Amino acid sequence: MTRRNYDIVIVGSGAGGGTVAQELSPLCRQGLRIAVLEKGPRLRDDEFTGRELEMAAALYEDGGGFLTADGTMTLAFGRAYGGSTVVYTGTSMLPPARVIRHWNVPGLTHADLECRAHKFMGQNNVHLLEDDLINENNKLFVAGCRQLGYDVRQFPVNIKGCRGSSLCNLGCPNQAKQGTDRVQLPNAERNGVEVITRCEALAIGERSLTARVSAKPAGGKGDPSPWEPGEYQIDAQIIVLCAGAIHTPALLLRSPFSAGLPRLGRGFTCHPAMIIVAEHARPITNFVGFPKSYYLDEFAESRHFVLETCMYFPFITAKSLAGFGAPHSAFMRAFPRLQMILVLACDKADEYNRVSLDRAGLPVVHYHFQPDAVQGLTGGAETAARIFTAAGAVRVHRPLEGGFRPGTVPVSAAHIQGGCAMGQVTDAWGQVRGLPWLYVADASLFPDSLEINPYLTIMALADRVAQRIKEGGREPARSQGSASNP
Amino acid sequence: MPLDLEPAIFRAVAATIVPESVSLDEPGWRDVEQVIEALLLDRPAAMKRQLRLFLRGIEWLPVIRYGRTFTRLDAAARTRVLAHLQNDRIQKVRVGFWGLRTIVLAGYYGRAGAAREIGYAATPRGWEARP
Repeated sequence: MTRRNYDIVIVGSGAGGGTVAQELSPLCRQGLRIAVLEKGPRLRDDEFTGRELEMAAALYEDGGGFLTADGTMTLAFGRAYGGSTVVYTGTSMLPPARVIRHWNVPGLTHADLECRAHKFMGQNNVHLLEDDLINENNKLFVAGCRQLGYDVRQFPVNIKGCRGSSLCNLGCPNQAKQGTDRVQLPNAERNGVEVITRCEALAIGERSLTARVSAKPAGGKGDPSPWEPGEYQIDAQIIVLCAGAIHTPALLLRSPFSAGLPRLGRGFTCHPAMIIVAEHARPITNFVGFPKSYYLDEFAESRHFVLETCMYFPFITAKSLAGFGAPHSAFMRAFPRLQMILVLACDKADEYNRVSLDRAGLPVVHYHFQPDAVQGLTGGAETAARIFTAAGAVRVHRPLEGGFRPGTVPVSAAHIQGGCAMGQVTDAWGQVRGLPWLYVADASLFPDSLEINPYLTIMALADRVAQRIKEGGREPARSQGSASNP
Repeated sequence: MPLDLEPAIFRAVAATIVPESVSLDEPGWRDVEQVIEALLLDRPAAMKRQLRLFLRGIEWLPVIRYGRTFTRLDAAARTRVLAHLQNDRIQKVRVGFWGLRTIVLAGYYGRAGAAREIGYAATPRGWEARP
């Protein structure tokens, strides 16, 4: 086994890892050695083709089809230089004050998170998309909501030079989305941080990690890892886990420290989601233009759902329509006339939903649909149907007509949260209880569902973790966001 | 061949899930099967075993009710068999059908020609590609 030595090692390069890397990168100028270990590859710009199955295989864990233990839901999360920020839509939402109050983490305030989130909004060019770039799929959602008197809102998005490919979730082929792969990681690398791709962290010991570097598969996308394939022991004074809300808890569960962390893996939430589809009488602009520009969140508290505009690709759309045979095909053949709405249920952390390990030490997500989540999905689907009708759709797909039965209803989730709850597994600055050299800085810190798209909140929390590390592990006196620039 | 089964069983199931697939020629079916093979390449062996078993179950289950195997049923009866599995009271059966259905849909709609057939024409050029 090859040995390497760093001052700081960051596991994962998404919204959490990329942010920590950037914020700590000025320390490289003082001689500190910092590495980011990323399980996925780094793709060249010309490798983002927008071809559905090809890009899903290259950028997502299990091609976007990671299954929960009972097989009733798929989880989609990225695995590439930039993590899930390569495959998200770039919707940039501030954390809701009521949710942060509900989290009730002593020492964590909404004002602090908001201040930090604003810093990244500036870095990532967050703005409202210009009206002339909004397609009919989005405009019809607005029209339907307004017809019904709903308070529809526009998403701030982090794009620059969008050409309207609609392929955001397959990795933007025009490099318009300002994820950590475009902003924070390049900043970090310019300052001297090393990013080791195709490098999977396998185990954590006292101030050390075991990791495996994989060879580039024949015909695969992306550059080879900067390190030779093989196993490595990496010693570090500080380790920051940003591998996401499945792999970060799993890494800790595999470690000798798990016994001292009774809440580890607990509190998993994910905003279970359904794609609802309707057909219009004429073709609309749907697969051209930015896909996600509007949302409706006025029912998040009362009825446990949020609606968002969306537009997906042929296979994902086919998979998301319930049923099979001629009725299913009829919707697929109407693709140019389809309007789509994503229903996100606001699930809650509970005792059952959790990450554990199987006999091989691989993560298993146990998830049952709570009554509130079922109510959110059914209520959201009904409301989406009303919006479609108000917008003039001639036919609405109703996947829940026979009621919600897991295994017959197409449910997937991409907002994976919890498992290392802040205030339980870590303190309010992401330091793992009892282990002053070990931090968590990703969505696994969320003590409960965020109820909105999470990346800005992840970046804000990661910024807090970076501040704590920069201040030598002491609890920072100032908690209103660091003013540092890369 | 996906899941190492006789093409007849897989294709009968696929044609029930996506009726248009009956018009695929031999190279078209090979495209479907290649997409599925690539999809299953890194999946656990246990999952592939379960899918194989499920497909065999679909072939032989109708013998109890219809006195014929799935491949020897007409299209309407095949649809009834799959609808029964889709709505079975046992969650594991429903999930098994869901998995098989997902694989068939990936094979059919993951083909290079499928997007054109359904009028889906997204391109990296986005708005500029519109006439």
